[in-house]
Amino acid sequence: MKKTIFSITAVAISTTMLISCGGAKKGGDSGGALSGKNAEKVYVAPGEYDEFYAFISGGFSGQLSVYGLPSGRLFKVIPVFSQDAEKAYGYNEETKPMLNTSYGFIPWDDAHHPDLSQTKGVIDGRWCFINGNNTPRIARIDLKTFETTEIIEIPNCAGNHSSSYVTDNTEYVIAGTRFSVPVPQKDMPISEYKGNFKGMLSFLKVDQETGEMDLSFQIMMPGFDYDKAHPGRGKSHGWFFFTTYNSEEAASLLEVNASQNDKDFIAAVNWKKAEEYIKEGKFKTMPAKYAHNIYDEGTQMATSTMEKDVKVLDPAECPGLVYFLPTPKSPHGCDVDPTGEYIVGSGKLSANVTAHSFTKMLDAIKNEKFSGEAYGIPIINFEDVLGGTVVQPGLGPLHTEFDNNGYGYTTFFISSEVVKWKVGTWEVVDRKPTYYSPGHLMIPGGNSQKPWGKYLLAMNKITKDRYLPTGPELCQSAQLYDITGEKMELLSDFPTIGEPHYAAGCPAELIQPNQQKIYKLEDNKHPYAAKSEKESRVERNGKDVHIYLTTIRSHFAPDNIEGVKVGDKVYFHVTNLEQDYDVPHGFAMIGANNSELLIMPGQTETLVWEPKQVGVWPFYCTDFCSALHQEMQGYIRVSPAGSSTALSWSLDGE
Amino acid sequence: MKTSKIIMIVAALLPLILFFLPMWTIQLSAPQYPDPLEMRIFITKIDGDLQSINLMNHYVGMKMIPETIPEFEFFPWIVGGMILLGVVIGLIGNRFLFLIWFWVSAILGCFGMYDFYKWEYDYGTSLNPKAAIKFMDEAGKLITYQPPLIGTQTILNFQATSLPAIGAYVLFLGMVLSIVAYWVGRYEAGHKFPPL
Ligand SMILES: [Cu+2]
Repeated sequence: MKKTIFSITAVAISTTMLISCGGAKKGGDSGGALSGKNAEKVYVAPGEYDEFYAFISGGFSGQLSVYGLPSGRLFKVIPVFSQDAEKAYGYNEETKPMLNTSYGFIPWDDAHHPDLSQTKGVIDGRWCFINGNNTPRIARIDLKTFETTEIIEIPNCAGNHSSSYVTDNTEYVIAGTRFSVPVPQKDMPISEYKGNFKGMLSFLKVDQETGEMDLSFQIMMPGFDYDKAHPGRGKSHGWFFFTTYNSEEAASLLEVNASQNDKDFIAAVNWKKAEEYIKEGKFKTMPAKYAHNIYDEGTQMATSTMEKDVKVLDPAECPGLVYFLPTPKSPHGCDVDPTGEYIVGSGKLSANVTAHSFTKMLDAIKNEKFSGEAYGIPIINFEDVLGGTVVQPGLGPLHTEFDNNGYGYTTFFISSEVVKWKVGTWEVVDRKPTYYSPGHLMIPGGNSQKPWGKYLLAMNKITKDRYLPTGPELCQSAQLYDITGEKMELLSDFPTIGEPHYAAGCPAELIQPNQQKIYKLEDNKHPYAAKSEKESRVERNGKDVHIYLTTIRSHFAPDNIEGVKVGDKVYFHVTNLEQDYDVPHGFAMIGANNSELLIMPGQTETLVWEPKQVGVWPFYCTDFCSALHQEMQGYIRVSPAGSSTALSWSLDGE
Repeated sequence: MKTSKIIMIVAALLPLILFFLPMWTIQLSAPQYPDPLEMRIFITKIDGDLQSINLMNHYVGMKMIPETIPEFEFFPWIVGGMILLGVVIGLIGNRFLFLIWFWVSAILGCFGMYDFYKWEYDYGTSLNPKAAIKFMDEAGKLITYQPPLIGTQTILNFQATSLPAIGAYVLFLGMVLSIVAYWVGRYEAGHKFPPL
């Protein structure tokens, strides 16, 4: 019988799908029979699951989106660096501290590069890290709950772009500054940039049990722009690689002045060596103010702590710590192949893709095959480190990911294509157009030692004619390719939120079994929780009124509250008493100057409301929770300031 | 010791499992509950997804599943008494007493089933007159929500399945063993096994 119900539902849903597919077709279909075959490859039948999760950055939306592959269905938008009224993130009292910084509360950032935690060079599905570019921050998302549980600000930095990538065992997450700035900051002429501005590379140690990050140390580099980064893998584990541009150290009209040198650098940083230097005490402790925000699952509240200093290493004083690998020309992407041997730098103004050899690098260092130095950092001779070149595969190479068969895939921004080439022989094997101007691309696990080389996702910067228009701002687009064959095949494209920069992907089976379905009420240590209707109450403390409110299908307790006055500050502490999978309750208060609450089973959230008008005002549940959801409401009586209405509350007159 | 005695003592001890494992389960499944809601009935408690079941049921005015019922007070004593009695009988070794133990167990079992039925009847039929939702049958009478004593039945959007659980099976096995003990005792006393 149960099966019958399922199949009835399935038929109903698939009928709906057919109808909506039929509708979409009118928009114009160009692929014909081929695309019909490919449609099957991305079709995930109702009730079935996608094979992969893709975590796609939301760019200037500040969020992280979760998509299923191959279907391209959007599952969730996880708020990270921006307030999200839908989930009260950054609006409720519990999560406001998450967006605290040394500049105060900052409700927005530019989210760029998600990366998934790894163990032994393989993605393990524990955490997702992502960087905030504008006000430098790194966030950690717990993949048990898909919630942002930690945000740490990065001091001495600006434009946290070469971030956030993790080492083989998630020992470190790194944050490199895109913009060099005076360190410490000071009032000085911009024209004196050269030699005075510094670029900071930050290493955040990750606690293997809790995932908690700690800004271990920073390396103070010359005043270039540090664009992208990648940890060594396998044999190059222990190293980190950063692309640089503006080795000219220009401060004005960079499009010309930072494009003069034929070669910029990939900075190779030996972080194992850095650990030794830190142990030996060869660091300088610099004062630095930065926020460290942690969400505690027990108390269900975030706290923000202001840190005071940071350990800084100077490469000029630490031989063997950093080397420069000359790389043509203004390289952007920096990618290491799964074996760890090749460090691929894509010179965005060069037509070639340059791959440095890790083995040759070690040999050059040993034999001191240096062509010079910059600010005390040795520059390895280009020819002595070059592993190979993919010659003229396209225009404007940006990013490379790898499959499990020894191929690299590079996006070409200017010529709008993805090019497949063979690692080691450097020959181009295939190329496919994208629509249009791709930035990053992602293969699940494609930046780790173990890629799942089934799909490739290209993230495009321009969509123009791909979809129905949505006003002057068009949606951004991701395109999915099948890469199981010799030739790539475009399967589908789907819109994304914000401007997606990078994505990380892994098999769903890594994450799904660990999913937390509810929060257990008995584990709720929120100081303002009411764990049963008996505990619901209203308390006054001067002008602060604390309402301990509970929700359960389909009522609030209490639902009638009197004795609140104009000028009070009312705290609604709402506890969802449900212990059933997928039964959140919402809470919305008329005239509240923030958002709703959306409270998961077993959780407590707090909304502040400052009543400004006398009257009797309703509140209600915003999430359709049950057959009697519309009846889930209550009233608050607001009396004039100074009135003598006694504080009282009731449910069903009791 | 005679085999019949050993079998009888084992038979008498088997109900001990009722102190640890459930006797009966009721499962409720519906399209929106892909993981069915479950209620497990022990001789000392009821557990499972009680809050969720209560939440569903209050719309139609069903009572809350009580945290405790009077039966929990005396069921353990009855079961404990039967175990003790069975062991003593086993030690005495009189095969007719084995039969009596079987019959007493069977009668108590029937009483238990009857009690369970009454409880289900009350739970499914005495509804809160102020209930939010009132469903009528074709004759215009309020429908009832009594789960089946044993088996599966459709109640509104739910499939209610009521089945004995491990404890009941073991209890039944104990009763069968007491009969076996009786027959073995007969054989030991010089009777031939009758043709089955
Ligand atoms: Cu609700």
